[in-house]
Amino acid sequence: MSGRFVRLGETDRARIVLHVDGHPVTALEGDTLMVALLSSGGTLRQSEFGDGRRAGFCLMGACQDCWVWTENGDRLRACSTLAASGQRILTSQPGATWPNLA
Amino acid sequence: MAEPRIIIVGAGPAGVRAAEAVVQAGLRPTVIDEARRSGGQIYRRQPDNFTRPYEKLYGTEAGRAKALHDSFDALTGKIDYLPETLVWNIADQHVWTASGNIQQTLPYDALILCTGATDRLMPMKGWNLAGAYSLGGAQVALKSQAVSIGSEVLFMGSGPLLYLVASQYVQAGAKVAAVLDTSPSTARIKALPDLLALPSVLWNGIQLTRALKKAKVAVHHGITPLEIMGSSETGVSAVRYRTASGAEKMIACDAVALGYHLRPETQLADLARCDFAFDPATHHWLPLRDQDGRASVKRVYLAGDGAKILGARSAEASGKLAALAALADLGRATGNGEMIALRREVATYAKFARGLATAFPWPAHQAAAIPDEAIICRCEAVSAGDLRSVMRETGAVEANRAKAFSRIGMGRCQGRYCGLAAAELIAAVAQIPVEQVGRLRGQAPVKPLPIAIGEEE
Repeated sequence: MSGRFVRLGETDRARIVLHVDGHPVTALEGDTLMVALLSSGGTLRQSEFGDGRRAGFCLMGACQDCWVWTENGDRLRACSTLAASGQRILTSQPGATWPNLA
Repeated sequence: MAEPRIIIVGAGPAGVRAAEAVVQAGLRPTVIDEARRSGGQIYRRQPDNFTRPYEKLYGTEAGRAKALHDSFDALTGKIDYLPETLVWNIADQHVWTASGNIQQTLPYDALILCTGATDRLMPMKGWNLAGAYSLGGAQVALKSQAVSIGSEVLFMGSGPLLYLVASQYVQAGAKVAAVLDTSPSTARIKALPDLLALPSVLWNGIQLTRALKKAKVAVHHGITPLEIMGSSETGVSAVRYRTASGAEKMIACDAVALGYHLRPETQLADLARCDFAFDPATHHWLPLRDQDGRASVKRVYLAGDGAKILGARSAEASGKLAALAALADLGRATGNGEMIALRREVATYAKFARGLATAFPWPAHQAAAIPDEAIICRCEAVSAGDLRSVMRETGAVEANRAKAFSRIGMGRCQGRYCGLAAAELIAAVAQIPVEQVGRLRGQAPVKPLPIAIGEEE
């Protein structure tokens, strides 16, 4: 699919280009990261609990379902973080390795 | 004597009016808000480089939205405003804040909590699929980003917001697949005497329904949601439901906006050790307060939807009222006549809100029917079956005990979206009233903090 979100106006804004998992993504100035990512893709991240792909839920910073990461490992809430040119975003946590306790 | 330190948490309708009243009394309050810009959720502002006019963004409430924004802008320089700042704990007459990686601890002489609301959700099979969003979230997408959450959006749940957001989507040119309301249309007739407390707001509501009809959007009342269908990889593809007359139906869509009115954000009141009571009309646990907003704990005041869901108009009145109460308690004389008028205003809104609760009841009974395979906790994918087996194995029926065993409410949303329904499910299984299940205790931090957080150098 092209994008989950559909733009209904305000499309005369300046274009910006960010990188998501190494691929260039074109978005508009003023977009949140969530809108930038979901205007060109269908999902944001993988649920850590095995129930599939997620694309956020509340859009108001309450549910924490839209976490993405910078390449430095900083966690960002995609719904409340503005997209910006040159950002390099990862949709899975960099270097996340879980100890195998079994 | 040093000037009293008044902290207001939240810059929505209640917080803005509270701040304004404090400034009018000659004091300089600190206003802390999580958002980038003031306005709260209902009067949320779009980014600077967006150009849609107020009428387009806020419809019948455009005048109120503009007045609120203008009022807050006029406070610039007269308040200490901390946007994009989370209050994550309250203890010993201090609030703990986090902004980016910076933490601060601020003392207060009066704390006015205007923490607002989030969507109230009833989990259902498939609500964890990509493309299922909260109803409020669907509105935020449109209002603050000019996007629709999908190319064919189905609205499901109940409450005035269901019709408001669906009609806003239609008006903005989005395709609305249907509006499925769990409330029977007869409930509205029963609610009429209370709803007539605010005839103009009732009229606005009727107009929304008419607009949907005019746009040929199918609106069904008294439905039972059965399943949001789709794939775990690509997300939502349809919704299955039962009609009021018992037939099973399916509607194709690629997005669902789901919500059952709102729930107050009460975690901070809880951390401030306010007493709570169960409200049988809404099944919410609400922090106790007097008619002016004084909490059970000294120096703490509660206003707006964060105290009780009475709507944005009421929030403006109760925010101001709480500030006037705080000022009076600090020995700053305020006009008693104004307080009496504000109390009367809030009482009218409360009557209307009671009507809304009758017209769009929380379908508590649905929790018992959630199938075992449906996920209740979206954060950690805990299913209804997991919760039921925890109850069988441990006998846990108290909310916090069931949380400890099942992890329901322990995830990153802290039970905001699953807690109310989980309590209803437990009550149904244990065959006890839901108030006996109790409520999930608020825990600090109320939202996840960055790991690298530290004090400002």
